[in-house]
Amino acid sequence: MTRLPAWADYVLIPLLNLALALGVAGLVVLAIGENPLHAMRVMIEGAFVYEGALGYTLYYTTNFIFTGLAVAVAFHARLFNIGGEGQAYLGGLGALLVCLALDSWMPGPLLIPLAIAGAAAFGALWALIPALLQAYRGSHIVITTIMFNFIGAGLMVAVLAGPLMRSGQSNPESREVAEAARLPFIHDILNAMGFDIASSPLNLAFPIALLACFGVWVLIWRTRWGYALRAMGQSEPAAVYAGIPVARMIVAAMAISGALAGLMAINTLLGAQGKVVLNFPSGFGFTGIAVALMGRGHPVGIVLAAFLFGALFQGGTELDFEFTTITREMVLLIQGLIILFSGALALMFVPWISRLLGREGGA
Amino acid sequence: MTWLDLMLILDSTLRVATPLILCAMAGLVSERAGVIDIGLEGKLLASAFAAAAAAALTGSAWVGLLAALGISVFLSLVHGFACITHKGEQIISGIAINILASGLTVVAGVALFRQGGQTPSLPREARFPSIKLPGSESLADVPWFGPFWRELVSGHTLPVYLAVLAVPFVWWLLWRTRFGLRLRAVGEMPVAVDSAGISVTWLRYRAVIIAGLLCGIAGAFLSIAHGAGFVREMSAGKGYIALAAMIFGKWRPWSVFFACLLFGFLEAGAARIQGVALPLVGEVPIEVVLVLPYVATVILLAGFFGKAMPPRALGVPYRKER
Repeated sequence: MTRLPAWADYVLIPLLNLALALGVAGLVVLAIGENPLHAMRVMIEGAFVYEGALGYTLYYTTNFIFTGLAVAVAFHARLFNIGGEGQAYLGGLGALLVCLALDSWMPGPLLIPLAIAGAAAFGALWALIPALLQAYRGSHIVITTIMFNFIGAGLMVAVLAGPLMRSGQSNPESREVAEAARLPFIHDILNAMGFDIASSPLNLAFPIALLACFGVWVLIWRTRWGYALRAMGQSEPAAVYAGIPVARMIVAAMAISGALAGLMAINTLLGAQGKVVLNFPSGFGFTGIAVALMGRGHPVGIVLAAFLFGALFQGGTELDFEFTTITREMVLLIQGLIILFSGALALMFVPWISRLLGREGGA
Repeated sequence: MTWLDLMLILDSTLRVATPLILCAMAGLVSERAGVIDIGLEGKLLASAFAAAAAAALTGSAWVGLLAALGISVFLSLVHGFACITHKGEQIISGIAINILASGLTVVAGVALFRQGGQTPSLPREARFPSIKLPGSESLADVPWFGPFWRELVSGHTLPVYLAVLAVPFVWWLLWRTRFGLRLRAVGEMPVAVDSAGISVTWLRYRAVIIAGLLCGIAGAFLSIAHGAGFVREMSAGKGYIALAAMIFGKWRPWSVFFACLLFGFLEAGAARIQGVALPLVGEVPIEVVLVLPYVATVILLAGFFGKAMPPRALGVPYRKER
């Protein structure tokens, strides 16, 4: 197969895919009878310009970094973790249970790390069963993780409308966790330091997400385990021949993947909202697939792609206010197109780009 | 429980199972040809929207059905273009189609009707009516047969009958025709089909087109036969339950059909047993019943009751050797 130079692979192709997706979305806007450039400007203003907009964008970015990393780690082992949605949901339950049990007396510096660990543990647990079934019974992980999304959603409805439902509430949601368990907002921190920053839900989960990126980079590219993982992703028979314990690697990779997806919950539960509400992952687990594909599985790429999607989501909400004919679901459309172009049709451009580059080099 | 009660429960089971049967048959045809179809849900949703939108604009259920078939086949072709022509990842393409459908239906719905993504509710003429079979009234008093004929067999809309007919049709098509033999071969060992001089690509394209047609009927059932208009996320995971049923039925038409009926029965029954104390287990939360299809499929996949063997070349793009 033709190989492209790294810059084309990591920069040109993602940009081309993005341009194509935006181009098709622009045609849809045109068909609706609005001006695509106007819609684009509204989204950019909504994502960056208005007061607090950037904070919201980075808040969404945080979610997408976690779910994008989750998909990427599994993908390096050629495992599709489609279950990020369910793992994030269960991660919320894990952190919530820690808070409900301990937040009446435990101080924040102890409680918050425990709650974060709870989120990671429950996320990992929810990925563990599909992983074990894949590793030891050969059940297809894509199907089992999809099933676990639904099982998780059912479980969470049962729990949130049942034992954990806040008393005197008609909506199925948990009580708010104590102030000590909350991650501080970035705007509070910066305002205390003398800067004047508009309030937004951006909280300390964002730097934690960046730390997670660094951790994943070290794990995948700078450890023996990461090497084994990538070797397995390249060729399982070769990995078996090299003595890599494939089944155990599958379980470990999925547990880490699930833990990362579970961590998404801390951004909403410990950060923005302070409680678990029905269906809080709201599709962000699936967006992780687009983020990982677009970021080419590399933490730096994932941060950039997550930022792009954060901007799209925040900018998309602005569409609702500005237009009567265009809604934020436009962003779902763009997301679907990006997954299509950068994932399913990834090989479409390779031949003619390499031809183009080859001609350039030859001349 | 009387005989009549049983007939009524089976009747609602069949109604709930109809989109499952059609989508599961769609998945079966596609996957028997070696193309994974995670995009059932998206095709179902998109065609439900197209059916309702076209029926609302033209006032004709038949135009609605055509629109549903059109959009569903179009999405199938997108899937085929990505997975067959460009040898892309079939799972990713399916996910893309699901997300595309859930975005596009709302975007188009708002642009066309400005009702927050819904279509206007459809008048009787723009929907498929219930079909009263001859004898459903005159034979109603015949013991056993009367209620069976009147409640269970008669009185459904066209897509329900199409769904039931789709099962023997798919069986006949795949196991009793030359095309079907080739289609199954292409899902097991495409190189053998190729070396016989038959196009793997064209066979797989035909398989995904058939899948698109079946999903289209299912979508039309949701919005212009069973329902009277489209609402956001109307498919509500039915495409995924169909996928589960297809695996649960081990890619065999009649087994898949019964899996769909079983899952439909669970869903139809879930509403009835809510708040009722059952013998042995007591009161069961409705959520537990609703996730049973997924749990059952996971247990099956784990190999605890019989092994589910997918077609051997499932998910593997075919590369012709040169």
